[in-house]
Amino acid sequence: MTEGGAVSAVPPDDIRAVPVRHPGRWAAAVVIAFLGYAVAVSMATNKRWEWSIVGHYFTWPTILDGLVTTLELTASAMAIGIVGGVMLAVMRLSPNPLVAGASWLYIWFFRGTPVLVQIIFWDYISAVYPHFAIGIPLGPEVGHVSVAFITGFVAGMFALGFNEAAYMSEIVRAGIISVDEGQTEAAQSLGMTRLLTMRRIVLPQAMRVIIPPTGNETIGMLKTTSLVSVIAVTDLLYATQIIYAANYEIIPLLVVASLWYLIVTTVLSIGQYYLERHYARSARGQQAGAIQTWWQNLTDLPLLRR
Amino acid sequence: MTAMVKAEGVRKRFGRLEVLKGINLEVQLGQVMCILGPSGSGKTTFIRCINHLEKINGGRLWVDGELVGYRQVADKLHELPDREVARKRTEIGMVFQRFNLFGHMTALENVIEAPVRVKKVAKDDAVSEGKRLLDSVGLSDKYDEYPSRLSGGQQQRVAIARALAMHPKLMLFDEPTSALDPELVGEVLDAMRRLANEGMTMVVVTHEMGFAREVGDIAVFMDDGVVIESGDPREVLVNPQHERTRSFLSKVL
Repeated sequence: MTEGGAVSAVPPDDIRAVPVRHPGRWAAAVVIAFLGYAVAVSMATNKRWEWSIVGHYFTWPTILDGLVTTLELTASAMAIGIVGGVMLAVMRLSPNPLVAGASWLYIWFFRGTPVLVQIIFWDYISAVYPHFAIGIPLGPEVGHVSVAFITGFVAGMFALGFNEAAYMSEIVRAGIISVDEGQTEAAQSLGMTRLLTMRRIVLPQAMRVIIPPTGNETIGMLKTTSLVSVIAVTDLLYATQIIYAANYEIIPLLVVASLWYLIVTTVLSIGQYYLERHYARSARGQQAGAIQTWWQNLTDLPLLRR
Repeated sequence: MTAMVKAEGVRKRFGRLEVLKGINLEVQLGQVMCILGPSGSGKTTFIRCINHLEKINGGRLWVDGELVGYRQVADKLHELPDREVARKRTEIGMVFQRFNLFGHMTALENVIEAPVRVKKVAKDDAVSEGKRLLDSVGLSDKYDEYPSRLSGGQQQRVAIARALAMHPKLMLFDEPTSALDPELVGEVLDAMRRLANEGMTMVVVTHEMGFAREVGDIAVFMDDGVVIESGDPREVLVNPQHERTRSFLSKVL
């Protein structure tokens, strides 16, 4: 049946149109493939990369010990950074101007000085304070502890952690602000106190905003820990330095360190992906299965999809 | 008998802008008061003052005979500490225009959160009570849905159940149907009507004239921070005495 006598020319089946051609993408793919091939050939044929030495030292005990130190340092500094960051962010949003001001001052100081300087400072803290005493300033002393517990590792952990707290606090604050004011009002109208509201209602919802940059910070921290090599903490980088100082195989050992940093970064990225997915679930309001896994996202790249 | 809500000369300023210029109102136990008026008239600010989401600048406000936000010692007013304000809020339920359900919790988790965390009710008891409340607003199949998967009308009904879970003696509704699609307004009004029939004391800011006429015991018309007229809804809404009430009603009806 047709109206007005015109025969409908629209077929009932799905559209199968000729796709738009993208010659530019193919040209770019050719260029990239060529460059990739050139780099691969160079790395495979240039003997000075010394791949056998890379393989030899890849699982060398000194290197693995250094890797463990790097991981411990990353984890402990990030733990200090995250806990400190949440505290500083909550303080910064406090109605008490002195509390908010203290937080501001902390952030101003620790963001305003280079972290390398802070690391060296903590290493020399015993020169400034031969012993820590607890008591009233300029008054009687209640007790004291030796600063001997500040080893290179602890100095590095404090410096990196306290510095990180300043950056994390800004990330957490952005997350807290991103949560609608109505959530706080609803919680308050139900008789929840300020702290309970923060812990149960605001922070869990701020996570969606906080997690991605925190993953970024963690990956950044993994590599920033290499700065502690200046105070002779045997992390991954310093371990390789110890070895190449003896055998002069600088490039292969730096390759060893780089490979390990890349591996750990990859693992952290995957962890971040799943964490993000976990905190996105209520926002998207669907079951986990409906969200793609990271490798499915990878195969979504236009060139791979056909 | 003391009034459930009593306002005497309540004034509120935001900066230099005075939004409440001396409000005198009284709601008795079991009554439903509907507050009407153009936007910017101060009606939302007024009900937010009742549970101290806004601090009043002048006058006195009592809920069930107790001052809101202050304690009177001799002739001096003392601000109540956070904890005290929070405790008093547990007795006053509030439903918001934008629902404000907790986005990271399911419908049931929204309802049991405050009973469990604030009133320290045992989780099992809170769950069975929460299910009963969700059933009563017609959401027995939505316990485990997140708010983002519910329609506006369903979200608002969860919000009503959430407020009721604290067993409040007074319920405040801040334009509960204004953010809803027209076909969803009825289901929320039905839930409110049932609540009124059960004897709940309610203060409702609304634009729903039908609801005010049918369910309300008192209708209040506010404009520019003052009460223009108040009384029996069938009088105020059908035969208003004031020119401003008349012109407002002619616009919305």
